[in-house]
Amino acid sequence: MRFPNIPRMTRRPVEIAPLAEAVAALVRTGDTIALEGFTHLIPFAAGHEIIRSGRRDLTLVRMTPDIVYDQMIGMGCCRRLVFSWGGNPGVGSLHRLRDAVEHGWPNPIELEEHSHAGMANRYAAGASGLPFAVLRGYAGGDLAAHTTSIREIECPFTGEVLSAVSALELDVAVIHAQQADTVGNVQLWGFVGIQKEAVLSARRVLVTVEEVVGTIEPRPGAVVLPSWTIDYVSVVPNGAHPSYSDGYTQRDNDFYVAWDAISRDRDAFRSWMEDNVLSA
Amino acid sequence: MSSRLEPDTRVAARYTAAEMMTIAAARALPDRGTCLVGIGLPGTAALLARRVHAPELVLVYESGAIGAKPGYLPLSIGDGILAETADTVVGLVEIFNYWVQPGRIDVGFLGAGQVDRYANINTTIIGSSYAQPRVRLPGAGGAPEIAASCGEVIVVARQTRERFVERLDFVTSVGHGSGRETRRQLGLRGRGPTAVITDLGVLEPDASTGELVLTHAHPGIAVGEVQAATGWELRVAAALERTLPPTEEEVRVLRELEAARPGGGAR
Repeated sequence: MRFPNIPRMTRRPVEIAPLAEAVAALVRTGDTIALEGFTHLIPFAAGHEIIRSGRRDLTLVRMTPDIVYDQMIGMGCCRRLVFSWGGNPGVGSLHRLRDAVEHGWPNPIELEEHSHAGMANRYAAGASGLPFAVLRGYAGGDLAAHTTSIREIECPFTGEVLSAVSALELDVAVIHAQQADTVGNVQLWGFVGIQKEAVLSARRVLVTVEEVVGTIEPRPGAVVLPSWTIDYVSVVPNGAHPSYSDGYTQRDNDFYVAWDAISRDRDAFRSWMEDNVLSA
Repeated sequence: MSSRLEPDTRVAARYTAAEMMTIAAARALPDRGTCLVGIGLPGTAALLARRVHAPELVLVYESGAIGAKPGYLPLSIGDGILAETADTVVGLVEIFNYWVQPGRIDVGFLGAGQVDRYANINTTIIGSSYAQPRVRLPGAGGAPEIAASCGEVIVVARQTRERFVERLDFVTSVGHGSGRETRRQLGLRGRGPTAVITDLGVLEPDASTGELVLTHAHPGIAVGEVQAATGWELRVAAALERTLPPTEEEVRVLRELEAARPGGGAR
């Protein structure tokens, strides 16, 4: 049998390259990709570069698709969305996601939907090179009936019926971090989300960082990713905006609120994207 | 916080129905317990509780903050203030697998798109077709496992016929299923919803059937009004009580929190 996910083991040096070059090298039309970050460290700049690169037909994976996925969906990059919570935190709906699901604009998208616990475990299985993970979840609800990626499984020791969720297999993981060093080791801290598991579930990895430092000084609670787990590092200061990088930038809450009005209307959305992403 | 030293327990002169709901929800939280704070209204109520009567309440957020002590209401559960003030910050695999799943959290505090008579929750879609919904809601997030595994669950939601429905369009998170036996049959370990707190009153599951019963009506709210805002024939407890009206302190602290909310007071 084939492992669900063969962890990358490249030992070649990380490329530290401009973002456009990194995206061109790593992301292909039709790929399954995750731009992860749970409110914090969301790789917005990389998402915008993917939109500009014209890559389409993507399966977009993320626990909490927020504005950057709303933008990618509204620009027609997404064929399928694998997720567990799709909203604008504290504000309301993602209107481009809703328009795609409710009205098929600009194109219909397929949904593969989980709970957070299920998605987190699917990433953990991917990172572990296992075909599935086990959790006590989903029982009695309707989610399992709408996907083939949740199955009941009996515990071989106790007989308890649990849920198995299939591993996530990513072509590309994209994350934003605070720091890389000059050889491409990466450190992120604050809310570290699911980024380590996403990176270790992916065949190719892009990390955008606030800055390159001579030597990484370990921080309490930080995640450090050795350079050989990463293919490309791009230096993009404020590359998480309107999300934030703990220790470097503040979350732009006003933008999250403003996005509600921008994204409600198709024309207003298109025109905002033209001005702020496509011609940026 | 001088407010805690000199509580102003006079009844508030003016307050809104939404404020009454948030205040009633805050009062339901125990001091010294652990509370998993869901997205939206629960965040406000949990912080109010910590400010007014439950300073030792441990706030846990699914973003990974354990023991957060935010000085103001964050717009999202991933705002930096929650990580900065937490006892510890953990990743997402850990928060669900090590903290929620084993039942380490006393109270799960959730909002809801739709609620039914057994306090089951829908936050997925409105409409008859999953594939082509009338309204696409954000989805499950952490709620299914919070509802399954926390010691108990408190739901807070504005009460309307559109929200409190006879039949959910989608069961995202299980409350009492189709009656008192459901949770045991499904192997759900927590006690499930113990209260649904709304802008009109408090609904609690009947001890034998699990069906929600109106146990408290908020001040000035008639029973008929609550029943009219419910999409099923809402039963009323024999010993129906009146919710104590908000105190001056509760209203003042709540308004301070709302006024200082970042993002221009989004709700």
